[in-house]
Amino acid sequence: MLTEQEREEIERELAKYGNSGQARAACVEALKIVQRYRGWISDAGIRDIAGILEMTPEELDGVATFYNLIFRRQVGRHVILICTTISCWVMGYEEILNHLQERLGIQPGETTADGSFTLLPVPCLGACDGAPAIMIDDTLYTNVSRVLLDKILSNYSGVQR
Amino acid sequence: MMDRPLTGDMRPDREPLSIKEYEEKGGYQAARKALLGLAPKEAQDLVRDSNLRGRGGAGFNTGLKWSFVPMGDAAPRPKYLIANADELEPGAFKDRMLIEGNPHQLIEGMIISAYAIQADISYVFLRWAYKAAAKRLEAALTEAYSSHYLGENIFGSGYSLEFHLHTSAGRYICGEETALLNALEGKRATPRAKPPFPQVSGLWGKPTVVNNVETLCNIPHIINNGAEWYKGLGRSGDSGTKIYGVSGRVKNPGLWELPIGTPMREIIGEHAGGMREGYRFRSVIPGGASTEFLTEEHLDLEMDYDSVQKAGSRLGTGTMIVIDDRTCPVGAVHNIEQFFAQESCGWCTPCREGLPWVVKTLHAIENGQGESGDLEILQQLTDSLWLNKTFCALAPGAMEPLKSGLKIFRDDFLRHITEKRCPWK
Repeated sequence: MLTEQEREEIERELAKYGNSGQARAACVEALKIVQRYRGWISDAGIRDIAGILEMTPEELDGVATFYNLIFRRQVGRHVILICTTISCWVMGYEEILNHLQERLGIQPGETTADGSFTLLPVPCLGACDGAPAIMIDDTLYTNVSRVLLDKILSNYSGVQR
Repeated sequence: MMDRPLTGDMRPDREPLSIKEYEEKGGYQAARKALLGLAPKEAQDLVRDSNLRGRGGAGFNTGLKWSFVPMGDAAPRPKYLIANADELEPGAFKDRMLIEGNPHQLIEGMIISAYAIQADISYVFLRWAYKAAAKRLEAALTEAYSSHYLGENIFGSGYSLEFHLHTSAGRYICGEETALLNALEGKRATPRAKPPFPQVSGLWGKPTVVNNVETLCNIPHIINNGAEWYKGLGRSGDSGTKIYGVSGRVKNPGLWELPIGTPMREIIGEHAGGMREGYRFRSVIPGGASTEFLTEEHLDLEMDYDSVQKAGSRLGTGTMIVIDDRTCPVGAVHNIEQFFAQESCGWCTPCREGLPWVVKTLHAIENGQGESGDLEILQQLTDSLWLNKTFCALAPGAMEPLKSGLKIFRDDFLRHITEKRCPWK
């Protein structure tokens, strides 16, 4: 079931689409709202949201699974996105990715055993003049080197919810 | 700041201009002028005459694009104007800077453009990763609404405009204008068939114009200073300025607003500072990943739509990715094709099945497992996945760097196959 807060925020989005039959236009925003509170979108999350948007759970899941930043599997407390596209490739993202894998002990797509970090490769972050670039949650880091990465990670380790 | 209309007024620290600062620099005067002094058709004609061409990469005359929207009392309602801010072309980061540095310039450009087509509702379709841009745009929208520059009866002109920000959740295909419409409607973001074109049947089947952010940011300046002034800004016969970008192993990667038609040598050699110590220029992708590689012989090319097209590539987004002599060109092509294969929406078979085939073949070649017929297969695929053989332009866009890469880097491809290894590793 949606919490009161989730429902309120989704209804605010719904108000943008006055005409009947347009409720589903709010679905990406609704998925992001629920993901913000729950960390990811479970099957129950899909059912909760579909109900209020005049969509079937299957229709909503079709949209949810289309987007790489709607998480249909559980992720860690922090999600690390590493750009693997051309400018970051030229500037050596592979070394940064290897270092991340070593430091975290996980492969791309996996979550650390303590649930702290999930590591996801993503297409271009639009920060090509600062390649290689990564994002952790909502924060962008550019010109990332192994040394800088260690410093960045130290700000996150031990962070408790 | 007349020679750099888009960025000349921005703060050096790239913090956003508040509405007060923007107005002190003449902001919202163009919107007043258009809404109170010009008929919608006059605004359309002015922009058409300026020859402002679509800065998202297609290079179509903006005013002409608008002119296909049904006008008058019989036109279907509501009509929509959408800013395409889903900047996901690899190598492109210009729209981020325009929104972050001066969100009101985009809003003003959208008010005028919406008025010119008599749109009722406008959206900014913003990519997920641009968190700072989203925050600054939200703040600017609140300011614009409180000043009554958005909403009902703007400037007492009788014209009203509703405005929303939509932030997406990833996927390159959302930037394709018909896929973007499906995304906004809350459907899977697969492209639609054209015709009908969005100007006639777009969002929820209503007349819709989708313009790139940089395109829209030009509008207030054209209204203020006129079509002739705008035409005079270019260096090579094309109109206006262009936000050029350079990334790769250059000394000073970044973005610069320059007269359109500035030669590539000047952009890479002077503005980007030339190559870093120990690296030599090998080639360049001139306008984002979906454009053809160019080489040293093209360095004096004037970077405008027609000149780059004549040289066999496209100006695209105008954001160049430099490939140096210590970077494996086969690896570069492989990386680019991997991006397109991953970002295919899966709707049409040639794109869904063809791009992974390209990637598998390139992967094999890069890892020393290429076979003698591989280059011919890749060559055939550049034809099978070309325009009019796929549902939208994604796969043909992916074929541009492949096609040119196979030609320009032919010796490098052959070395990988005959030596059974990557010579760069």
